[in-house]
Amino acid sequence: MTFIIIFAELFLTFFVIGMFTIGGGYAMLSLIQTQIVSVHGWLDEGTFTDIVAISQMTPGPIGINCATYVGYDVLAHSGAGDLLCVLGSFTATFAVVLPSFIIVLALCKAYTKFSGNTIFTGVMNGLKPAVVGLIGAAAVILVTPDNFPDWKSWVLFAVAFVASLWFKLNPILAIIAGGVAGLLIY
Amino acid sequence: MASYIQIFLVFAKIGAFTLGGGYAMLPLIRDELIRRQWMQEEEFTDIIALAQSAPGLLAVNMSIFTGYRLRGTRGSIVATIGSILPSFIIILAIAMAFSGYQDNPVITKIFKGIRPVTVALIAIPMINMAKTANKTWWAWMLSAATLAAVAFLNLSPIYILLTVITVAVAIAYRNQKKEGCK
Repeated sequence: MTFIIIFAELFLTFFVIGMFTIGGGYAMLSLIQTQIVSVHGWLDEGTFTDIVAISQMTPGPIGINCATYVGYDVLAHSGAGDLLCVLGSFTATFAVVLPSFIIVLALCKAYTKFSGNTIFTGVMNGLKPAVVGLIGAAAVILVTPDNFPDWKSWVLFAVAFVASLWFKLNPILAIIAGGVAGLLIY
Repeated sequence: MASYIQIFLVFAKIGAFTLGGGYAMLPLIRDELIRRQWMQEEEFTDIIALAQSAPGLLAVNMSIFTGYRLRGTRGSIVATIGSILPSFIIILAIAMAFSGYQDNPVITKIFKGIRPVTVALIAIPMINMAKTANKTWWAWMLSAATLAAVAFLNLSPIYILLTVITVAVAIAYRNQKKEGCK
């Protein structure tokens, strides 16, 4: 019975996340984080950070990877068996894509009417600065004692930040370098 | 005409071989579609603009649009499943394998090094996005206010987005009305 409630909540949560994802994968990450970690408390910040790292390193859209993994872990953390965990992955992934599917199909059918709609583009431009803040908040919330236990982790953060921003270091290489550094210094 | 199986395979290939999310997928999607003459260059550019403004993920929205263009609603379902399925299977395999090793000391060390890097990698797209989206002082104010409200006041981003959407609709509607009066 409790699992039915978890599945219903999981579906609803990811449906809302999919509906409000404006500005791509990182906007979706910040929504998943606030809804799953902050609102529902299904996962802690550390686990979520690991999931984000894995989502970045594996092929496919980051938002989908993250939703699939979180769906699995939410069920695993509430003591479900393998099959229910897989079903959790499926529920989260399906729910997160469904709003796009409905809205994009509607746009396809109304394509000619839609293309000159200034209200729609105005709203989208107005939302972008809010999305910038949203992604910033996702980064700030992940600065926890668990993720940054000592000064070494701040050095890693600074190096990764500068290398990515100024030297356009590939994110996958950055994560691999972080893992190697972790093995050597801890 | 493209068959369902072709559509599925092309998008599964795109989903399986792109690292780094939606924008990294675009050139690959473009190559596949134009090489197969499923779409003209011009149409592709139009669709990107629409896919970016619709909610959701760029790569998924692209597959829904393209699938629909090729074979209608069923085509869009097939294309979407194709682009998601490889990720889904890979992540499931990792999640299953990883769940037993989370407390392994070597894995813990590796992720201790990875976590700060991941936080930095989330901050980067914010900066890149701010460069293109924040052109006015009120845009910066809105970014700062959203960041503070979500990170420090624990406000749900959903409410903030709903408020911004309402205000933006009102402003856009008023502007359109003004232009109509001229």
